[in-house]
Amino acid sequence: MPTISVGRDRLFAALGKTYTQEEFEDLCFRFGIELDDVTTEKAIIRKEKHLEEEETGEDEEVIYKIEIPANRYDLLCLEGIAQALRIFSGQQEMPKYNVANISRESIIKMHVKPETVSIRPYVVCAVLRGITFDEGSYNSFIDLQDKLHQNICRRRTLVAIGTHDLDTLHGPFTYEALPPSSINFVPLKQVNNFRADELMEFYKSDLKLKKFLHIIESSPVFPVIYDSNRTVLSLPPIINSAHSAITLKTKNVFIECTATDLTKAKIVLNTMVTTFSEQCERKFEIEPVEVIYSDGKSYICPDLSVYSMEVSLSYITGAIGVPLDAVKVTSLLNRMQLSAVQSVSGDDSSDITVSVPPTRSDVLHPCDVMEDVAIAYGYNNIKDIAIAKGYNISKGRAVSLRPLPLEEFSHLVRLEMAMCGFTEVLSFILCSHNDNFAMLNHEDDGSTAVIIENPRSSENETARTSLMSGLLKTVGQNKAHPKPIKIFEVGDVVLLDETGDVGATNRRQLAALYCGATAGYEICR
Amino acid sequence: MAEEAILGYLAKNQEIADSGEFAAQHGLNHDDVVNVIKSLHGFRYVDAQDIKRETWVLTDEGKTYAASGSPEVQLFLAIPPEGIPLEELQKKLDPLLFKIGRAQAAKNKWVEMGKQLVSRKVQHVNDTVKDLLLQIEGGKVIDQDDIKALRGRKLIATQTWNGYSVRKGPEYAPQRKKFAADLTREMLQSGEWKNLEFKEYNFNAKGQPIEGGHLHPLNKVRHQLRMIFLQMGFEEMPTDRFVESSFWNFDALFQPQQHPARDSHDTFYMKVPAITKELPEDYVERVKRVHESGGYGSRGYEYDWNRDEANKNLLRTHTTAISTRMLYLLAQKPFTPKRYFSIDRVFRNEAVDRTHLAEFHQIEGLICDRGLTLGDLIGVLHDFFSRLGMSKLRFKPAYNPYTEPSMEIFSYHEGFGKWVEVGNSGMFRPEMLLPMGLPEDVRVIAWGLSLERPTMILYGINNIRDLFGHKVDLGLIKANPICRLGVD
Repeated sequence: MPTISVGRDRLFAALGKTYTQEEFEDLCFRFGIELDDVTTEKAIIRKEKHLEEEETGEDEEVIYKIEIPANRYDLLCLEGIAQALRIFSGQQEMPKYNVANISRESIIKMHVKPETVSIRPYVVCAVLRGITFDEGSYNSFIDLQDKLHQNICRRRTLVAIGTHDLDTLHGPFTYEALPPSSINFVPLKQVNNFRADELMEFYKSDLKLKKFLHIIESSPVFPVIYDSNRTVLSLPPIINSAHSAITLKTKNVFIECTATDLTKAKIVLNTMVTTFSEQCERKFEIEPVEVIYSDGKSYICPDLSVYSMEVSLSYITGAIGVPLDAVKVTSLLNRMQLSAVQSVSGDDSSDITVSVPPTRSDVLHPCDVMEDVAIAYGYNNIKDIAIAKGYNISKGRAVSLRPLPLEEFSHLVRLEMAMCGFTEVLSFILCSHNDNFAMLNHEDDGSTAVIIENPRSSENETARTSLMSGLLKTVGQNKAHPKPIKIFEVGDVVLLDETGDVGATNRRQLAALYCGATAGYEICR
Repeated sequence: MAEEAILGYLAKNQEIADSGEFAAQHGLNHDDVVNVIKSLHGFRYVDAQDIKRETWVLTDEGKTYAASGSPEVQLFLAIPPEGIPLEELQKKLDPLLFKIGRAQAAKNKWVEMGKQLVSRKVQHVNDTVKDLLLQIEGGKVIDQDDIKALRGRKLIATQTWNGYSVRKGPEYAPQRKKFAADLTREMLQSGEWKNLEFKEYNFNAKGQPIEGGHLHPLNKVRHQLRMIFLQMGFEEMPTDRFVESSFWNFDALFQPQQHPARDSHDTFYMKVPAITKELPEDYVERVKRVHESGGYGSRGYEYDWNRDEANKNLLRTHTTAISTRMLYLLAQKPFTPKRYFSIDRVFRNEAVDRTHLAEFHQIEGLICDRGLTLGDLIGVLHDFFSRLGMSKLRFKPAYNPYTEPSMEIFSYHEGFGKWVEVGNSGMFRPEMLLPMGLPEDVRVIAWGLSLERPTMILYGINNIRDLFGHKVDLGLIKANPICRLGVD
């Protein structure tokens, strides 16, 4: 489960409300994310450097570490989480993302050369026009790329993201694959020019980048993106150029995602642009780029199309188990970023038309829609109904049986005694008065034992009030048995009882006996 | 002997005032007397009070002076009336004796240390030091100033003397009774038991350790859980197969091939046998299609599904692999509702720490029937967990690749005072069930938890290696109480 670190105060500012930690945890719990840890920026650094814990200074920024589901790429940064929670709380409506309506001629072009097929066939691009970064959003922008690289991009093997300051570049762009020695540029954070083969060597000692070298290093050609002045934008998936690096002052961002998996590349691009389109001059508007392959086929990116699903109301309510009408269901879905309306078309007026936005690539099937209805309704609200209605499995054919605790417990005790090496005996409940009292040196005060009216013999005079006589009589009948004799019995005795409705009750007892050359008190103990 | 003397004396007298004197009077060794007094006191025959006395004894140095005279006198006597050169005098005496003697003699102004000659200043001297030492040896008391001087010269040292004054105790008898520790057969046969006193039972003492057998705590808990499932009408699944194919462990569950859980850092892949031998080909075809392009109402994952990936053998990462096989088998026949459970070992290639091992036991329950709802899942979870003593439950939305909806189950732990996660649950996705051939209105609800975690919480064990594996202390297994899960 991926974990995101967000500044608490920045998060609350984005949510437009300050929560206590408990309130926030409760919100997360209901939505389906988890506040994993609360720490400070400095504490994180101290931990990384293995330094001593110090007292938290008041000016240290509080960091929330939030765990999110692995299939929710839209929640991989503060902006995404904040937007999701605002919509969930009903504070805002789901934004509508759209591609800027600009003329075909003025769309920036990305030409793909055929050599890329052997190493990294696909690329998708987009432009964020008129964006304004502040320190927080700038850091978020970088962090989101990192998180995406780690997760859906499978450590850049499937998709690699490059972001560039468009004002430093001149379109159209080309995506090529060339021999390493013919690629030459100043990479990010460096001052000198490097050839691509030199860079591979150079980065072997870079802790972060050395992990990605294997993706291209044995290929005769490396992927590379140029602008029309043959300025290198990036050497995917390794590093961007210093020339086109993004700064706080950048106003126009060019994003390119090269990939071996086109579906995932689209999801990654969509995640990047939808999240940060809020910072653009024309909010939620993304400028398109045309990607032209060498076979002539061309595609306009990003593909922000909405995926439309027809879901039957009875499916939703039938699967959840709570009666809900269409109005309620659509309003619940809207809180989960799933635009929903009651279907107007056709025969079945109990269908819901769901428009799944590009940010919700995790929604594949009506069951995903059904889950979101359940979440918005509140799992724990369903619980209350389920319990109130006595929900049970298999609609009445269910069995749910429990043994009597007393019987279960007696059985467990018997096992333990046997495991200690004691042998179980089963003696008679009926016995003589003598056996029950005199032979045990007990006085009969008349308040303990029941008495049989018509005993056939003295052996049926009373019911035992103790297991002791049975054990002793057993030993008596087994005098020749090898010593030591270790026996036990778990069973009921019968006692007079004023409070019982008949005047007598049973009581379950355990008794054990040791007989040997010595009395063996310690053994019984 | 000492015991007779003491008990005998007390028969006629109130008190033995001083054990030291008593020992001396009766010709007994005082240490023996002390031991007897302690023993008698322990059994309350006598009541003994401590007496402490400080006495002075001679050090070894002191003893030599008491015998041969103090060094200053020895020196004095070594000087003839006419005097003697220093070197000669030195030769006459032991060097240490000379050094001390000279200092003391000079202090007493007995001698004149001339450059040529050492001569007597006075005619006679008395060896007071020797006299004092002899007096101390004889046990006489001497003057405090003298004591100080002698102590300063390290000729005497203190010694503490411990003794007792003794009176009759509550259990006094002129003769000590013998207590028998246990009743034996011989005593009964000889009749001796009639004359014996028996030691009181000590009901607070620990008993003797018993030879016997013990069951492992994890298996005790497992047994109780099995009983709970059976009582709830669940059938046991045959889980005796650890090696599984990726297909049954992942792909058939609609878990995509590029999912992190399939990484080698989470899953143990097999070197031998590396590849699975057999898979139901028509079913594999349907699974491939639903991954790649969806169907059954789904848009699928839209990636290229790789048969080689599915063929890889591994050690199962969850018993859900078995559940999947059981559901597939169920789908090949006319449908009947089923409830299944299993509790068995699973394997995860994770870092080992206080709460994680490479292998552990997973508990899984599932219900397969038409028209099941999320409410039904919540209802059955309440039944199940309340039998484990957890009736305060809360559910949190979660994510599993093969369930939708998914819920994490939290229970309120009174001891910790907080909500803790006790399990994971959900409804299997249609993309998993429909390719098997199960009817469209059949739904499967399932839940799972580990066996180790509740056992550790139940028995207060902090480190999983203390519970499971070869590093477990046998004493822990032996001392582990009865497992009452599902009983109360």
